[in-house]
Amino acid sequence: MIDKKNIIRLGLILLVLAVLTILNNTMGKYEIRILNLAGIYIILGLSLNVINGFTGLFSLGHAGFMAIGAYTSSLLTMSVIQKESNFFVEPIVPWLANVQIGFLPALLFGGILAAVLGAMIAAPILKLTDDYLAIATLGFSEIIRVIFTNTQSLTNGALGIKGLTRYTTVHYTWGIAILTILFMFSLRKSSYGKALMAIREDQTAAEAMGINLFKHKLLAFTIGSFFAGIGGGLLAHLMGTIDPLMFRFLLTFNVLLIVVLGGIGSISGTVISAIVVTIMLEWLRFLDGVIDLGFMTIQGIPGLRMVLFSLLLMVVIIFKQNGLMGRDEITIDSLGGFFARFRKKEA
Amino acid sequence: MTILRTNNLTMKFGGLTAVSDLTLEVPEQGIIGLIGPNGAGKTTVFNMITGVYKPTSGNILFNNTDITRMEPHVITKNGIARTFQNIRLFKDLSVLDNVMIANHLRLDSNFFSAVARTPGYREKEEGIRKKSLELLDQVGLLEFKDTKSTALPYGKQRKLEIARALATEPKLLLLDEPAAGMNPQESIELMAFIKEIRNRFDLSILMIEHHMQVIMGVCEHIYVLDYGIKIAEGNPGVIQNDPKVIEAYLGVEE
Repeated sequence: MIDKKNIIRLGLILLVLAVLTILNNTMGKYEIRILNLAGIYIILGLSLNVINGFTGLFSLGHAGFMAIGAYTSSLLTMSVIQKESNFFVEPIVPWLANVQIGFLPALLFGGILAAVLGAMIAAPILKLTDDYLAIATLGFSEIIRVIFTNTQSLTNGALGIKGLTRYTTVHYTWGIAILTILFMFSLRKSSYGKALMAIREDQTAAEAMGINLFKHKLLAFTIGSFFAGIGGGLLAHLMGTIDPLMFRFLLTFNVLLIVVLGGIGSISGTVISAIVVTIMLEWLRFLDGVIDLGFMTIQGIPGLRMVLFSLLLMVVIIFKQNGLMGRDEITIDSLGGFFARFRKKEA
Repeated sequence: MTILRTNNLTMKFGGLTAVSDLTLEVPEQGIIGLIGPNGAGKTTVFNMITGVYKPTSGNILFNNTDITRMEPHVITKNGIARTFQNIRLFKDLSVLDNVMIANHLRLDSNFFSAVARTPGYREKEEGIRKKSLELLDQVGLLEFKDTKSTALPYGKQRKLEIARALATEPKLLLLDEPAAGMNPQESIELMAFIKEIRNRFDLSILMIEHHMQVIMGVCEHIYVLDYGIKIAEGNPGVIQNDPKVIEAYLGVEE
């Protein structure tokens, strides 16, 4: 069935792809890197949004799930020679030494492993709610990081993995980001998505309406960690280097910042905020360097831009708790309504 | 035929006995009342029947099946639905979504076909939408289908909660103070509404209510609880003249 909305949707996607292709061919290396990061942060933001936004479970374990995806896909795409040169302290476990698969299957595998481990971690702690759940997930994320630091023959420990082939391109990041966006809208519309939102709105009532809380919360965690794993894999092959320190709480904080600023529970809000925050994170780098104010010079303070983001987060939480979009979405209908109003004003 | 039977149901919270040795029966197609002063343990009884609390002792038979220690969502699937004393709607969602979510438990599509929107799933979703709209029409809420549920006036929110419970296709409906906060006119309408849904949906109703006019007007049989103990049962006429009931509600003359 072809209806008008689907045609508009397809048109919008093609438009985005065209713009991306143009940007990809005209921009410099540094700008393309930012473009890639924006795509990855869209995926990561949306994945956290399923858990925190749709289902209302406050999880802070995202960096851990990303680490699983990043390490899994990296170990799968590395060639035998790359592995040998990386693992010089202790040789890599024999069953991984000679494995090398394509980038896309490796990403998928990373996502699946993250999903499975995410579900396994979530299962015992889903009875917890609110801040208790946040603390437990944060703890698990740190545990994953510590394990990765100490499994020398599997992850190369604290040395990390260097010299990964940089497979990640704008096609991969934005292609997957668009697929993720479509998936999220479809999930939101489906009976399962609505069941997740019912749990967010009132857990007791949701249970009384026959919704299996455990099953649906687990579902949210599994979806969230799957996309987090994919995002982690993309990030690893963009950076070319990964080590356990990369997946500290700060990374979860960046993703959480995107979701809160965009509006917890809103897909469009998360997408817009992912793009804006990624660009700002780069653009504000001058704050970390030496700033000459004319009458005085501030010596470089690394991390000053994060102070600004923390302030921004505080301001949003105090004055505009619902973020940019609240729980609303930009849809074809709302766009149509917006343009109709716009035309009226002109007339 | 009895649809629900509790045998010597007891619920203790530490040293406090909220409900003690309660035996009650709900016949098929019956409208049964559960009354008593504040803190008598009425809502605790509901919470035990719906699986929110696990009783300390005693058991609950529904359609001759023991449902005593089942999970709440399983009990709902078996055919018991409830409303809440302090309305618990899915606030941020539309009236239609509230009712459609209550159909989720009967949806036998798996997650992947739902997200991929396969033709099979779409057909089922369309069926649920149609059924939900029909239900909203029957309870007179159709015109509010796209309204956010919290934007409804209070009495209509109560009605929506009942509609949402009906959407789970129950055999037994538990109403927890459906007339709370209603004005006299709304209460009279509610009485007719309760009788109507009993007949139309072919179900049994067990209701907690403080509004005596409503209780005496619709219930065929009434149980009276005081401090967790059943002090009386019988038809409205018997209950109104029972000295123990009068004592529990009004105290005794010196």
